[in-house]
Amino acid sequence: MSEIREIDIPVGATPQKISQMLENFEDVHGERMVVQMGPQHPATHGVLRVELETDGEMIMKATPHIGYLHRCFEKTCESMTWQQVVAYTDRLDYCSSANNNLGYVLACEKMFGIEVSERVQTIRVLVSELNRLASHFIAIGTYGLDIGAWTPFLYLIQEREHILDLFDRLCGGRLLLNYMRIGGLTHDLPDNWLKEVHEYLSYMEGKLDEVNSLLSYNKIFVERLANVAIISEDMCIKYGLTGPNLRGAGKKWDLRKNEPYCGYETYDFDIPVGDGEVGTIGDCWDRYIVRVKECEQSMRIIKQATERLEKMPGDDVLAAIPKSMTKVAPGEIYFRTEHPKGELGFYIVSNGKKFPWRLKCRAPSFSSLSVMSAVSPGLLIADMVALIGSIDIVLGEVDR
Amino acid sequence: MTIPEIFNILQEKFPEAELVLEENNPDPIIRAKCEAIADISLLLRDDPDFSFDSLMCLSGVETVEEFQTVYHLYSMLHNHKVTLRAGGTKEEELIVPTVSHIWPTADWHERESFDLFGIKYTDHPDPRRILLPDDWVGYPLRKDYEPQKTWHKIPLTAIDYKEEDNGDES
Amino acid sequence: MTWLDLLIAVACVAGVLGFISVVALVAIWTERKISAHIHDRLGPMETGGFHGWAQTIADMVKLLQKEDIIPDAADKPLFKLAPYIVLSATIASFVVLPFGAHLIGTDLNIGIYYLVAISSLEVAGILMAGWASNNKWALFGGMRSASQMISFEIPIGLSLLIPIMIVGSLSMQDLVGAQAGGFWNWGVFSHLPFAMIAFIVYFWASLAEVNRTPFDLPEGESELVAGFHVEYSGMRFAMFFLAEFANMFLVAGVAVALFLGGWHAPFSFLEISAESNVILHNLVGFFWFASKGMVLLFIQQWLRWTLPRLRVDQLMHVCWKIFLPFSFVNVLIVSLWIVLTQS
Repeated sequence: MSEIREIDIPVGATPQKISQMLENFEDVHGERMVVQMGPQHPATHGVLRVELETDGEMIMKATPHIGYLHRCFEKTCESMTWQQVVAYTDRLDYCSSANNNLGYVLACEKMFGIEVSERVQTIRVLVSELNRLASHFIAIGTYGLDIGAWTPFLYLIQEREHILDLFDRLCGGRLLLNYMRIGGLTHDLPDNWLKEVHEYLSYMEGKLDEVNSLLSYNKIFVERLANVAIISEDMCIKYGLTGPNLRGAGKKWDLRKNEPYCGYETYDFDIPVGDGEVGTIGDCWDRYIVRVKECEQSMRIIKQATERLEKMPGDDVLAAIPKSMTKVAPGEIYFRTEHPKGELGFYIVSNGKKFPWRLKCRAPSFSSLSVMSAVSPGLLIADMVALIGSIDIVLGEVDR
Repeated sequence: MTIPEIFNILQEKFPEAELVLEENNPDPIIRAKCEAIADISLLLRDDPDFSFDSLMCLSGVETVEEFQTVYHLYSMLHNHKVTLRAGGTKEEELIVPTVSHIWPTADWHERESFDLFGIKYTDHPDPRRILLPDDWVGYPLRKDYEPQKTWHKIPLTAIDYKEEDNGDES
Repeated sequence: MTWLDLLIAVACVAGVLGFISVVALVAIWTERKISAHIHDRLGPMETGGFHGWAQTIADMVKLLQKEDIIPDAADKPLFKLAPYIVLSATIASFVVLPFGAHLIGTDLNIGIYYLVAISSLEVAGILMAGWASNNKWALFGGMRSASQMISFEIPIGLSLLIPIMIVGSLSMQDLVGAQAGGFWNWGVFSHLPFAMIAFIVYFWASLAEVNRTPFDLPEGESELVAGFHVEYSGMRFAMFFLAEFANMFLVAGVAVALFLGGWHAPFSFLEISAESNVILHNLVGFFWFASKGMVLLFIQQWLRWTLPRLRVDQLMHVCWKIFLPFSFVNVLIVSLWIVLTQS
């Protein structure tokens, strides 16, 4: 029998600190076990494999291995025409394809100097905010699932279903919209569509409170997430975590406000940030609640956009689409937009020809995932599940 | 701070870095010698006038003549951007000092650019492939990339691209 | 032992087995329907016609036909043995459950003690399954399950002590018999509020005992994929499944027998006296016992589809720092009460 020693772990100690403290007690550890979490694991949100080095249930080291869903997006785009690439961007983050479309077409429009009408811009804002809502519903719902609460997931899937039905009426696609084009949209809004969006908004009133009372402020849920896997603001910026993850760490940062595009500066909405309401700023619960609050803001934007579109005279949404893109301006550009997962950047190099010479997609989930091995030492396996869910990754985007 | 201003300051501090301002782009790009990238990056991050605290994107690029690494930097404090570029000819392999100790997010981006372009990063903490299997041959994003025929006895190419004429007229 | 005794014993076992299978099938079906309706969907609707009542039977038939896959690296004898141990522990516990005045396998004079002891055997089976599977997730599940079930047995034992002390017997029929004559005589309402506290502690701890949400850590699918039975398939998996649902009814049945009046009706006029018709008396008793059990079963399922899951350390915190002190103080106060009132 070895002697009993006490380790004082201060309240609110970071996981790094705890694991450092445990390192000094190497002799009290048993043999470390390597566990492969994934690629077929229900909580990794896709085909992610995390190599866990565990001591009992405590994780000493976690190495994410990605690439199981690599589809050569960047290579494929090099042999697609500029307009054809739009359909491929759909498949990056398949939960929010309109936002992917938007990022790409805006980058191309900025590079080639194409101006689109205000109506096209407003429709783009409307569609991408609806898609943001759908994406956040998935994030919130599956997070409940990770923590063990089944029911909110199915409720949210149901609310999302109505959005997908709206998309179905809009462009025929439910998940993969392929609705935007460089310089415009594939076609105008269908009749009565705006009325349906209005109906949806009135249907959604109070639904988020339901989510809050069922899940967000559930005692067990809060206990599971508060003070777990804290990612500070500084760490977020260093590791390139953006979007809700950065806002969850308390930084008021939103590209829609800080670097407005598509006329976002004219909309009235707030940036919700994590404030450590139940624990420490930047813990899993903060990152989660920022998404819930963002849904409210998205609904505000959708409402304003719908009202504007109702007043706006109709015009040709295809007017600004270039007739031919076989000869374009050479050059390179990096353009970023606020995607539901974070900052979606497109780095495009054009050599003036029909195809993009090089197209790099800076996927938000890719950078978000890279923080995992820095945060995870000292977490339990159950916390690991909470961490993966809280940074909201989509493997289609990580692996491209 | 505008990019020419940044360029001027950098040129004073790093006279030997062969800095060039490429102005033929929508956003000007500062081109530097590969070996100097880590030092320039460190200065760009730590100097309070620059404080480029976030690396937005790091990409490998192949042009007609050379391989390049492009860094897109942003300062949350001063709200300004700069683009750095380091490149080397195709005859020899491109070796760039890592910036992953300056911005940890560069870790995975550098691994990706090594994986897909074969650009080497010195002192990288974890220089493995990231998207492709560790025993993959070749660097797929290179323009002259030929896919392997098989990988662990799994056939990879259903059609022979050389013989097949898919009507490409570029 | 005469031939008659043997015949009665066989009939008892057959009756218990039959009841377990039926209750498990019904419980699985209600679980599906309840979860579906909580989720705002319909659940099985086709098989059998009326609201998919035959879905579970169809699934059982399917599971029976499936190939029995044993991993190459598994410890084969242990792997094969584990489901039998779990199921037989469950079946053995049912023997002392009082379904009616005479509907009891055997009314042991240490009935409840026997039940607590024999149902703990299940831990051995689960640990065996987790270890023999040669799968790390299964091992995690098995270890979690063992630590959880052994820890929660203490608050369970302490809260079961309360009705035992009040009645002064370990025999199940004595415990039930003391609660006759209307719901105000039920164990849960005696020595208010202490027996009530014991009931609540027992009910929550029993959720942990049968691995139900919010204490379903051993098989939490989002963490451990499926826990200790991740490598099992076909018939052996069906056995675990059967044992799990039978166990849910078992802990509900114990709660009914000790706290909720057993086979007594809430009002005595709803019963048929043993003098007028023994068979009807037993059948009505069985009805009340089974329906009370099903109500508790429903509450278990309701909780499962409403609450998230606790973490390992929180689970232990709940056991050792909340349930255990409460039960200890409870036992102390009730025993003082009994000593003072009796003297």
